[in-house]
Amino acid sequence: MAGKPKLYYFNGRGRMETIRWLLAAAGIEFEEQFFETREELLKLRQDGALLFQQVPMVEIDGMKMVQTRAILNYIAWKHNLYGKDVKERALIDMYVEATMDLNEIIMHHPLQPPEAKAKHLATIIEKATTRYFPVYEKALKDHGQDFLVGNRFSRADVQLLETILMAEECKPDILSKFPVLQAFKARISNIPTIKKFLQPGSQRKPPLDVKLLPKVLSIFNIGNE
Amino acid sequence: MAGKPKLYYFNGRGRMESIRWLLAAAGVEFEEEFLETREQYEKLLQDGALLFQQVPMVEIDGMKMVQTRAILSYVAGKYNLYGKDLKERAMIDMYVEGTRDLMDVIRVHHKLSPKEKEKNLALIEEKATTRYLPVYEKVLDDHGQDFLVGNQLTWADIQLIEAILMAEEKVSTILSRFPLLQVFKARISNIPTIKKFLQPGSQRKPPPDEKLVVTANRVFNRK
Repeated sequence: MAGKPKLYYFNGRGRMETIRWLLAAAGIEFEEQFFETREELLKLRQDGALLFQQVPMVEIDGMKMVQTRAILNYIAWKHNLYGKDVKERALIDMYVEATMDLNEIIMHHPLQPPEAKAKHLATIIEKATTRYFPVYEKALKDHGQDFLVGNRFSRADVQLLETILMAEECKPDILSKFPVLQAFKARISNIPTIKKFLQPGSQRKPPLDVKLLPKVLSIFNIGNE
Repeated sequence: MAGKPKLYYFNGRGRMESIRWLLAAAGVEFEEEFLETREQYEKLLQDGALLFQQVPMVEIDGMKMVQTRAILSYVAGKYNLYGKDLKERAMIDMYVEGTRDLMDVIRVHHKLSPKEKEKNLALIEEKATTRYLPVYEKVLDDHGQDFLVGNQLTWADIQLIEAILMAEEKVSTILSRFPLLQVFKARISNIPTIKKFLQPGSQRKPPPDEKLVVTANRVFNRK
């Protein structure tokens, strides 16, 4: 049968991390090929492996998939993490699009110039605590169930946990006003596949080391892309 | 049964335009409520109508849906524009995400200063002609079919033609090296629902201008 999915990216979180989370949560083993230099990225392009010349790219089921959301959708569908009907899928989509919006802001934090960092951090915290977390807190409180949608584990739960943990790295007590989310975080973290992913030695990546930022920028030629 | 979908947004393209395209292509009639004042926006917020305090918002099938991609996926699925199986969905998702990236570069154009606009035009042309359009030209060349995926009209075709027309408004010769896309554009434009949407008087919105920026800033209280 098909081998394990293979992820092509640099050795860091970036846009691939959500994909790692979803595969791990689904209990899917995967391989990774990291590139260290811009030349390695350019070689992938020359080989015609990157449909739009960009990563993330994931080899899965005979496809070279690109575009983060396309990859996430495929994995979620394949492993029954996308709800049981169109209405559940619609709700999941709304929830995960919002977590991805928040992730996007957090992801850009290391790229801020020093004079803008404090303000940017304040924006992250404000958005997390006034726009996004209240929605999930309320959703869980209203139905009283363990999972966000359909009383069943889905990608929405995985992506929310990922986002919560990233937000906590920005401000450790960011969930202080969200008791239901605190319980959610503990509960989802204890799901065996996720618990395993959260342990040292897993394929989960650490936050970007600021010292590595120039290297990452040069690989992607950020600023000139 | 449920009434027509109702779209809440500015009277302009922005992020809602792809949704208008998809509904129109599917032959679905829809209503629109245009945001002109801050008071309207605050009322929507107070009514709890905007899940993450943002528009686009579409009332459809008893839901108040937000998040552009969530809405597009729902509409595509509902009206059989999302392929027939998981592999076709995967292709469609990749293609629409690619066109979306291209449209994102074009969508912000009207907000830029004259000097930034000049730089952005070059970026639009470069990205369109070297990163995105060649991919779709090759897809059509490789399988020789009329549509991008699965030999039938899907969301991927509709979003591509939207992107092509947006790009042509900025760089009129953008398809000059892509003969198959020229044929594709003509062919898709002639589909009756799309032909209707492309005619004056439809709900398709004109290219954005300064007025739209002013309205958006006023509604969202941006400085």
